[in-house]
Amino acid sequence: MHGTYGAGPFGRGLAWATALYLLLPILIVVPVALTDQRYLSLPKDGISLRHFETVLTSPEWLGSIWQSFTIAIAASALSVVAGTLCAIGCWRVSRRSTDIVRVLMLLPLIIPSIVYAIGLYRYFGPLGLLDRFLGVVIAHGVTGIPYVVITVSTALATFDPRLEQAARGMGASLFQTLRWVILPRIMPGIFSGAIFAFIHSWDELVMVLFIASRDVFTLPRRIWDGINENLDPAMAAVAVLLIVFTLSLLLADRALRRRSEAG
Amino acid sequence: MSAAGRTSAGWWLLILPALLLVLVFYIAPILQVLAISVSEPEPGFANYERLWTSEGVQRVILTTLRICTITTALALLLGYAIAYAITLASPRARGWWMLAVLVPLWISVLVRAFAWVTLLRRQGLVNNMLMQWGLISEPLALVWNEFGILVGMVHYMVPFAVLPMLSTMREIDPRLLAAARGLGASRGQVFRSIFLPLSTPGVIAAGVLVFIFSLGFYITPAILGGGKTLMAAEWISLQILDLIRWGLGTMLATVLVLAILVTLIVFSRVVDLRRMFGTGG
Repeated sequence: MHGTYGAGPFGRGLAWATALYLLLPILIVVPVALTDQRYLSLPKDGISLRHFETVLTSPEWLGSIWQSFTIAIAASALSVVAGTLCAIGCWRVSRRSTDIVRVLMLLPLIIPSIVYAIGLYRYFGPLGLLDRFLGVVIAHGVTGIPYVVITVSTALATFDPRLEQAARGMGASLFQTLRWVILPRIMPGIFSGAIFAFIHSWDELVMVLFIASRDVFTLPRRIWDGINENLDPAMAAVAVLLIVFTLSLLLADRALRRRSEAG
Repeated sequence: MSAAGRTSAGWWLLILPALLLVLVFYIAPILQVLAISVSEPEPGFANYERLWTSEGVQRVILTTLRICTITTALALLLGYAIAYAITLASPRARGWWMLAVLVPLWISVLVRAFAWVTLLRRQGLVNNMLMQWGLISEPLALVWNEFGILVGMVHYMVPFAVLPMLSTMREIDPRLLAAARGLGASRGQVFRSIFLPLSTPGVIAAGVLVFIFSLGFYITPAILGGGKTLMAAEWISLQILDLIRWGLGTMLATVLVLAILVTLIVFSRVVDLRRMFGTGG
């Protein structure tokens, strides 16, 4: 076998062990959610869907799911519009003068959300945005911008700037160039950004713990309370629903990218 | 010239909404945190003196640094193994390995913490199994302590460690490795004298990324630590929500931000931020 180079038994073993460590704990919630017992355990005498039924017929869980969903839709719309325009602007204006803008846009990924959350807690008070739908949408929307800026910038990197110059040279306005030349070409990047911004808002807990209390009670907040107060199999059912939902979003993203690469 | 100037202004106009949003609703609240740390309960640096005088503050900082260092080391080791396997795998196997990295990355951190609680608590699946097999007679304390925090944090951080290392390893020319093998080097020698040195920049980038993410981590340590082992983020939240000590809470928050920014600046030569975050897509 001279001439090729593969991982040795130790390297391969450690990689496999790590993969199992990453995936198994996530998979374990599936049998736990299907348990026929009243407490967190593996199924004993057979599987049962009653914990899913508990969740899907509970007005509290459904209310939180709906709230999280509408917040995530509104927040990702905000991130997508602001982030896409910003990425296009930064791409066309010279690199050096937009460096500071790029750094600012990445900050939400670097600064811990706890710092932002306590800042918002004070900042939103006087503005009347605490425990409001709009407040959470703004917080999630602003912190979702980096995901869109990254995916759209990646899409723009493969875009030939001469196309844009040609359109402008033939008399297209800025808006027309955007609408008919640039946007259609970077749509896959925008979709990816939208999906990531959506997941970001949908899963976000730390900010919500500080800026929302009673009227806005998102799904992560309800899960948090559940983990801290009563660990029952209904929590596992919620976890399974969330895993399925996240996976289908990721698969949708993958499929969209495949199609755009093929087409 | 003036037409070009107008065009440029048009492009700047596109940047404006995001810039305003970030300045007004992101930068301003964070600057306010910094301001509160030197103005409450009274103006001055009294809050920062606690860094030298208060044992409680020092304990939190030491705990945070200890847990972050161990997490970073373990995440790098495990992440390296995965990135190494992906780099050397066949294209088809590569897709499956990537899935093993990306799926956990996007699954809710709450779901993952919940899964670990299910597995590790006293009556959890791991303890039950070990007792059934007769390996232990008393349940082990696997969660609601520092061990639990480490298990959960490393689990969260491994994918973040893999991505920067992977992008560096992919640039290593496989012919180099094959040539060394062909010239009679053992697998261990090839790894030590070619692969490892060439992948070191990726390891450093991954280490910086994992370390700064760990510093401000809140949810996993709060759930798996059970309130006994306090890390910086949970301590800040405690100061503000329960003890209403804004000065102290914002002081540690400021220290946290400064520590992260300084780490990034020190390593900015090795770590290209944009590239680091770009690899996820």
